[in-house]
Amino acid sequence: MTYQWLKPHALSSTAWLMYRSMMGIGLVCGMIILFVYQWTAPIIQKNRSALLEQAIFQVLPQAKSKLAFYQSSTGQFLPVTDESAGESIIYASYGAQSNFMGLVIAAQGMGYQDRIALLYAYIPQRQRIVGLQILDSRETPGLGARIRSDPDFLANFVNLDVQLSDDQTSFVHPLQVVKAGQKKHPWQIDSMSGATVSSQAVADMVRLSAEQWIPLLSQHREDFEVGKQTD
Amino acid sequence: MANKPINIPVVAESPADTNVFIRGLWQQNPVFVQVLGMCPTLAVTNSAINALTMGLATLFVLVMSNGLIASLRHVIPRQVRIASFILIIATFVSVVDYLIQAISLTLYNALGAFISLIVVNCIILGRAESFASKHNVGQSLKDGLGMGLGFTLALLCLGIVRELLGEGALFGIAVLPENFEKWVIMLLPSGGFFALAGLLLLFNWIKQRNRPIKGASNE
Repeated sequence: MTYQWLKPHALSSTAWLMYRSMMGIGLVCGMIILFVYQWTAPIIQKNRSALLEQAIFQVLPQAKSKLAFYQSSTGQFLPVTDESAGESIIYASYGAQSNFMGLVIAAQGMGYQDRIALLYAYIPQRQRIVGLQILDSRETPGLGARIRSDPDFLANFVNLDVQLSDDQTSFVHPLQVVKAGQKKHPWQIDSMSGATVSSQAVADMVRLSAEQWIPLLSQHREDFEVGKQTD
Repeated sequence: MANKPINIPVVAESPADTNVFIRGLWQQNPVFVQVLGMCPTLAVTNSAINALTMGLATLFVLVMSNGLIASLRHVIPRQVRIASFILIIATFVSVVDYLIQAISLTLYNALGAFISLIVVNCIILGRAESFASKHNVGQSLKDGLGMGLGFTLALLCLGIVRELLGEGALFGIAVLPENFEKWVIMLLPSGGFFALAGLLLLFNWIKQRNRPIKGASNE
């Protein structure tokens, strides 16, 4: 069998032929990617929003609507018009009567294998973290991956004490990560045996994020009372 | 009879064409015979659905890239053929990446980086270089389909064994009794090696069992 590129005249192909071929293929490939991207981009965005919304309502099941807020340069929290605009977005959740119920905060950090992204719910009235949902993790299946589903580990975040001091700048009892089965106080987080690194990573993410956001959010609580629109 | 014109079917599939398809499924199965594409084979077969999705994604890239490479084989200069093949393969990997994100983000997150890594799967570049660049579009599509289905089948076999023993479930549905002690090791990378070794053993045993029958007819 003789192929075109093995024929004597083809073997003497010049640089121009090579450039022409590569440019042509690049153009065709670029068009294919562009077409598929244009077609799928709105669907992917819709899927991402649905996944996020589902996670928000899972950490605060009583909530009926939500509104995204960002912190402006003046320190005030304002409703977001385009959710992709800011990185540090806080979601305020509202009940059936548009009453403010709580805040959902996103956090991320390194786990054992890769980055872990999560959401947790904070209720300012009760000064408690009341739920946690892992959004993205690639931890070891059967071991670290249990951070998503282990009921005993997730129970740590159902009634986690984050009571603030009188000056609203720090916690009365700083959050503590303890070894599996050693939790005695509501401000302690039990790690998981067999998934120590992953569970401690999640606990540390919540601790650091809570220390950063909760005092700030408590000081600006009235900012979230204004947004009562259904998403 | 002698005067009857010989009518050669142009479109009809010759036995060679059928072989091109069947070869990838069994005789030259990419996983069980050629032992290619081991990275996704071991990494994403911890559940049947992950294995099936990865297999179908690879099948799509194989068929599409084989088709495009075969149709452009006369215009791609020999000196830049590998770069051109990679460009075409990367294009279809990007396409499949967007499609999986559009179908299910949960599935996309479960497969992680392995979707993007299809671009360096040696089965795809191997078929482009050894087959699609030397045959017509029809045969190349059949080769891609056969090899892709063979790869999917192999991944699915591994996924089923690992999920069944590691989770007691199939496609997320519990099939083994509650008191079944789960073999967690089957979900870990080492479990991939054990399952692959077991299936290779089975595959070769079946092949060897068929061999003496052929030998007997030759004697």
